[in-house]
Amino acid sequence: MNALPFDLQLLNGLAALFLLLAFAMLAQRRVVTLVNLLAWQGFLLFAATLLLAWRTHEGHMYFSALLTLALKVIFLPWLLHRLIRRLGVYWDSEPLINPAGTMLLGLLIVIFAFGLAQPIAALASTATRNAIGIAVAAVLLAFLTMITRRKAMSQVVGFLSMENGLFFGAMSATYGMPMIVELGVALDVLVAMLVLGVFFFQIREQFDSLDLAHMERLKEDD
Amino acid sequence: MELLALLALPLLGALLQAFFGAHRRAPLLNVVVSLATLVAAGLLAARVIREGDITAWHEQFFIDPFNVFLVALTAFVSFTTALFSRPYMLVEVDHGRLKPGQLRLYHSMYQLFIAAMLIALTSNNMGLLWVAMEAATLSTVLLVTLYRTPASLEAGWKYFILCGVGIAQALFGTILLYFAAEKVLGGEGVNALLWTQLNAVKGELEPAVLNLAFVFLLVGYGTKVGLAPLHNWLPDAHAEGPTPISAVLSGLLLNVAIYAVVRCKVLVEGSLHSALPGRMLMGFGLLSVVLAALFLWRQKDIKRMFAYSSIEHMGIVTFAFGMGGAVANFAALLHMTVHSLTKSAIFFAVGHAAQKSGTQQMDGIRGLVTISPTIGWGLMLGSLAILGLPPFGVFASEFLVLTTAMRQQPWATPILLAALGIAFAAIFRRVQPMVFGETTAKRLPHAPALLPVFAHLGLVLLLGLFIPPYLADWYRAAAQLIAGP
Repeated sequence: MNALPFDLQLLNGLAALFLLLAFAMLAQRRVVTLVNLLAWQGFLLFAATLLLAWRTHEGHMYFSALLTLALKVIFLPWLLHRLIRRLGVYWDSEPLINPAGTMLLGLLIVIFAFGLAQPIAALASTATRNAIGIAVAAVLLAFLTMITRRKAMSQVVGFLSMENGLFFGAMSATYGMPMIVELGVALDVLVAMLVLGVFFFQIREQFDSLDLAHMERLKEDD
Repeated sequence: MELLALLALPLLGALLQAFFGAHRRAPLLNVVVSLATLVAAGLLAARVIREGDITAWHEQFFIDPFNVFLVALTAFVSFTTALFSRPYMLVEVDHGRLKPGQLRLYHSMYQLFIAAMLIALTSNNMGLLWVAMEAATLSTVLLVTLYRTPASLEAGWKYFILCGVGIAQALFGTILLYFAAEKVLGGEGVNALLWTQLNAVKGELEPAVLNLAFVFLLVGYGTKVGLAPLHNWLPDAHAEGPTPISAVLSGLLLNVAIYAVVRCKVLVEGSLHSALPGRMLMGFGLLSVVLAALFLWRQKDIKRMFAYSSIEHMGIVTFAFGMGGAVANFAALLHMTVHSLTKSAIFFAVGHAAQKSGTQQMDGIRGLVTISPTIGWGLMLGSLAILGLPPFGVFASEFLVLTTAMRQQPWATPILLAALGIAFAAIFRRVQPMVFGETTAKRLPHAPALLPVFAHLGLVLLLGLFIPPYLADWYRAAAQLIAGP
């Protein structure tokens, strides 16, 4: 059996850590730690993109790595930490499914994700095709994180983690998207977070809390 | 040139409104910018009639028969909505529901929203289409929460999160599409997301990947179309935002989302050589029609009721596109047009009716004809038009959809007919007492703008009786384009 070159081993290592972080986020209830985990996930994305850029000598990947560093490792976590301090939301309340159940569900999701990614990975010609399954799993785990949380802040972190997973997938399947698209997506994420900042303060002003349990009035059967 | 003006004008308008949006004349500026955009759209359409399809800026943008009429429709409805919004928003300020600063946000975001939709429609790049769709969502989130009431915040949050998750699925679908395209188009991959190029090589795209991509794209953009069971955000967002926003969300944004779905469907169908994408569209469409018709019965809020009616009509359009073939596509395009015109006209009338009665609850709105015959008749005629009564255009398109269904998918016809019947009864029994009977409504400080209501209904009537030849040509060309060879 051929040993993989060192940089590819490193990439696979990064991918494995990426998945591990997705699981850690699924279990984490302390919002500050959740944001830190998100920043680390962003950092892994940055490191993987940089490594691939170095390996493939694709100029636009260096740029995309820098974009990731600026937006996902530095700016967004900073913004979220600031919001957490200003709003005083430190803990999420009890998740909707108990932690053990969530973890089991997470495991099933990973198996499902690898099955889903199988045909794509078989067709991919990139050196990183093994990571596609991991990216799909990370996206679905982030989705699970989102739907099992009650606090608006944790849902948003889940949303951003999903975004990270998608970029990881794009990177491992096709060495990233065209530049104009990546820029556009980054801009959208940035604007989304700014809108959200405004939005959080509006919610807090109205409800005195970011617990979404208050927001269940608009139901059909009233 | 016309394209540049079309996209730059609303952006410029958004910038101007960001500074002067709270000014007394800002609503007028909104109208002027929208009118200029409409003129640009008109010139663009004229050029397409003269010269045929256009691509611009390294093929990043393009105009073909499918998007040109949607561009014209979007520019037209955004102009008439700006006309309607002028007195409407002034009344809201007088009633103390809004502060001038919020008016600035409203005007600026309104123009940004229009710009995002126009970019989404004219973009040739599937990635850029995604970016513009997301931008359109983001620009309206803060408009849904404009009144800062608990209900509007909840609606805004739902809108943000559900559409955010939905659109993330669409991004994954786009990545998969790019993955498949890169194999065929190769090279630097810069052009691998251009629709025109993809369309040329769609037969060679890897079916397994495109199949998976389509599931994600359909769920993603389908969330924005409001297809059941992903429709949860739609009634809330329509009911809680200011009425001009309900009108453009329902009349325009849903069209743009369905446009994105259809663009994807054309590619996937070409690659798969099977009816699977069409069947999925039919399934989602039919489910939306039936669920919306049932939910219509339970509505008490007038804007929620018409929001459910939008879900129903989007279901009909999706079903028609799912059936495929030139006639069904023609019917779907016609239905998109007439639904957009009728529904925005209804929301204009509903907005003024709710302001006069001081409530959106249908039990509180009574006897509109006695206090204001034009609003009353506007609402009545609009409702009859949307319910598919001849001679309005909705009748023509629904008739075409039903007859085609009878030929191609006979099993679906009774379901569609029953749902349409239920929807008819549900809406009519509510609208009738609101229009006739004793009144409680009062006079408004600013004269309502009713010209848009009747202009739209007049156009819908016209489309029911006679479709102008060049428009019919567009529809036919677009239907052919979507149906494929």
